[in-house]
Amino acid sequence: MPLRLHYNLEKVSMGLVGAIIVAASIGGIVEIAPLFTIDETVAIPADLRPLTPLELAGREIYMREGCYACHSQMIRSLADEIDRYGPYSLAGESAYDHPMLWGSKRTGPDLARVGGKYTDVWQVDHLTEPRSVVPASIMPRYPWLTAPLDTSNLSAELATLAKLGVPYDADKIAHAEADALAQSRPDSDGAADVQKRYGAGVAVRAFDGDPAELTEMDALVAYLQSLGTQTAAAKALMAGAGP
Amino acid sequence: MRVSLTTNERQVAIGLSFALALMGLIMAAAARHGPMSVHGIMAMALGLGLVFRLGGVLYEDPPASPDRDGHYDDGPTRAGITMALIWGLIGMGVGVWVAALLYWPEATPPWAATSFGRLRPVHTTGVIFGFGGNALIATSFYVLQRTSRTRLADALSPWVVLIGFNLFCAWAVTGYLMGETQSKEYAEAEWYADLWLVLVWIVYFVLYIRTLARRAEPHIYVANWYYMAFILVVAMLHIVNNLALPVSLLGAKSFTIWSGVQDAMIQWWYGHNAVAFFLTSGFLGMLYYFLPVRSGRPIWSYRLSILSFWGITFFYIWVGSHHLHYTALPYWVQTLGMTFSVMLLVPSWASAGNALATLNGAWHKVRDDATLRFMFVAAVFYGLSTFEGSFLAIRPVNSLSHYTDWTIGHVHSGTLGWVAMIIFGAIYSLVPLLYGRETMAWPRAVEWHFWLAVSGTLIYVVSMWNAGITQGLMWRTYNPDGALAYSFLDSVRAMAPFYLLRTIGGALFLTGVVICTLNCRATMRSAGQRQDARDRPLAPQPAE
Ligand code: HEC
Ligand code: HEM
Ligand code: HEM
Repeated sequence: MPLRLHYNLEKVSMGLVGAIIVAASIGGIVEIAPLFTIDETVAIPADLRPLTPLELAGREIYMREGCYACHSQMIRSLADEIDRYGPYSLAGESAYDHPMLWGSKRTGPDLARVGGKYTDVWQVDHLTEPRSVVPASIMPRYPWLTAPLDTSNLSAELATLAKLGVPYDADKIAHAEADALAQSRPDSDGAADVQKRYGAGVAVRAFDGDPAELTEMDALVAYLQSLGTQTAAAKALMAGAGP
Repeated sequence: MRVSLTTNERQVAIGLSFALALMGLIMAAAARHGPMSVHGIMAMALGLGLVFRLGGVLYEDPPASPDRDGHYDDGPTRAGITMALIWGLIGMGVGVWVAALLYWPEATPPWAATSFGRLRPVHTTGVIFGFGGNALIATSFYVLQRTSRTRLADALSPWVVLIGFNLFCAWAVTGYLMGETQSKEYAEAEWYADLWLVLVWIVYFVLYIRTLARRAEPHIYVANWYYMAFILVVAMLHIVNNLALPVSLLGAKSFTIWSGVQDAMIQWWYGHNAVAFFLTSGFLGMLYYFLPVRSGRPIWSYRLSILSFWGITFFYIWVGSHHLHYTALPYWVQTLGMTFSVMLLVPSWASAGNALATLNGAWHKVRDDATLRFMFVAAVFYGLSTFEGSFLAIRPVNSLSHYTDWTIGHVHSGTLGWVAMIIFGAIYSLVPLLYGRETMAWPRAVEWHFWLAVSGTLIYVVSMWNAGITQGLMWRTYNPDGALAYSFLDSVRAMAPFYLLRTIGGALFLTGVVICTLNCRATMRSAGQRQDARDRPLAPQPAE
């Protein structure tokens, strides 16, 4: 009987089209739609801060260079991963990430909590020539990151993200370019404003060692040093869970 | 070029090419600098090139002969196969190169465009979309016409699809080299390229439906269901996953509208169904046509083909979450993904089994005919990689395999063993037919290619299994005192021999592709006049 039905369906092209669309929609709808309604899917931690403009620029360089092809940013809830990389990643931690950079391959280690693990100098040396600090490394070198950073688009980018729900207010958007510069110049006038706008926990340093020029290296290192530091929620959860 | 267009069609084609050039000019002028302007210039050059090419022959060449409508329209299929081979060489050439870089990172030249992270998506896009996509489009036109016994609904839209699709691939790949990427795996191309692909895909779908509507057979053959599922579902996945807000209409940068965990789920809903509907469904269509034709045996079971078709179409959509086990994705979604992945084995093996059972009674041909052997091996690897996939989707297994080279091994047992092999089988079946010859120009070279491909695949896959399991075990091994036994770097060091082996396996496979391309070129250059007696006769066409 069902065979008979199918026999007839095969004669109607639009019938097949309709049936394919229905069959191929159900799974996605059941699995994806609830993710937007269930609150606990993404409990956004109260202390979660968005990236500063400089860190955002660094994130874009991270994407541009395809670092995500070798590095994950998602610590699974498995004992060995927690021991190796730190508290497992929470959904809320990437709530402001458009797109997420969880990754699917660990040719290199997970970077979700790499912020603060190394000094800026180590990061700069490592990115310029990984084998100068880790002789057995197979990571590529990135000597071209000394190029000056283009900040002209940052305000518009913050504004776009704000439309998508990332908490960048008018003040942050208006000062995006200035903040990017100031974050790498601890002695400049704007430096305090960056921390005022993004929180006292934000690092304000000459990340590549040279405050005179704002480079792509500044941005990327600022981003790497921010990873895992945007909220304390995961650490708090692990501490609460006890040993 | 053996394009046979009427004068009127040539005029329309010139108009379209001119519009393309204009669009390119506007893009380039609006963006002024950066990747988008380069892409504008590329579109403009392509459009102008086509205008000149077509303009040159507008009135000179004799218009398409009046008996054109008495033949199948195979020009686009020929061009599509050529493009598939070119992309295959590019994509796999880059594949071997990035494989080598993982063994020999010092070889990275000091130019940004040649860095591993930028080249890897060139490899994946080049092989999946360029090589696989062109092969799918080319064979879908061929199969659609034969099984419907009608010409394609019009002469222009297949060219629009083919040229438009290749422009998309070229935009995507050159974009990565310039650092333009959305970073979503298999959907890295930026927003305007995505929009362009939507347009191309609509033309493709409409062409398919219009041609089906003219069919002279009451039934729509199985292969066409699979091709149709490929066209429809890929459109759905592509649109949803790529929804993005451009920072400005004058630049390439955009932000996906999805974030965090929702983005992850949508990305892998897309990602795995790109596997399902790009790398599986369409290629099953290819299998269901070329395997019976080449072996001279009808498909073993009609019932089984129905079961597996709807099983695959329905189950696959649920499995994306198996890419996110133990992550921040809610547990119940992971469990659903795992469950459906295991159930998916039933329709997958039904397809593979159906293909192998079809060969019953034709085993002597499998032994003697390397072309049929390509298809046989493809079906076997299809069975193997789906079994492996269902196994990897089980949560505890995935805790070991995820993030490791085991995934890469699984990927390439599917893509080299299944996708590439079925493509070669189809190409070796088609090229002699399309160029009026009895056989390929160098029939012995097909045999060489076969053994290079099989040994390359085995070396690749086995070395990656070893690599992945070693990695996974090293990462989770504890000393008796409760400390982790190995540093990450220890696992990196342990990979070196496997990465070297993989590079060698890949190089063997690539050598096979080079031979295939040269063989096809030689065949195309010595085209004959032979009409294929086995080709299904075209049904009498209604006057247009
Ligand atoms: C070919 C793969 C590959 C690519 C691409 C890659 N890395 Fe790495 N990365 C590695 C490997 C392998 C290691 C471990 C060895 C080492 O420390 O160099 C590593 C280590 C690191 C570390 C140290 C992590 C730790 O906890 O010790 C950081 C930070 C890092 N990479 C950042 C980056 C950034 C930023 C990029 C992009 C600009 C990048 N990597 C691109 C492979 C890669
Ligand atoms: C000459 C043959 C090939 C070689 C040497 C090769 C090599 C590689 C390498 C080195 C990677 C990166 C792995 C990593 O990051 O650790 C890769 C990834 C990939 N390749 Fe290939 N490849 C080949 C053919 C193909 C073909 C024909 C296809 C598809 C039709 C394909 C699809 C993919 C995909 C989808 C990935 C991404 C896997 C993932 O992210 O998990 N490859 N390949
Ligand atoms: C029953 C069928 C299949 C199932 C259940 C399945 C399951 C899986 C699983 C569990 C993973 C690992 C996810 C992870 O840990 O990150 C995976 C990865 C992958 N599979 Fe399969 N698989 C199937 C068939 C195939 C086939 C036939 C192909 C290719 C033609 C294929 C291509 C891929 C690719 C490209 C990836 C890598 C995605 C990425 O991480 O970038 N799969 N699959």
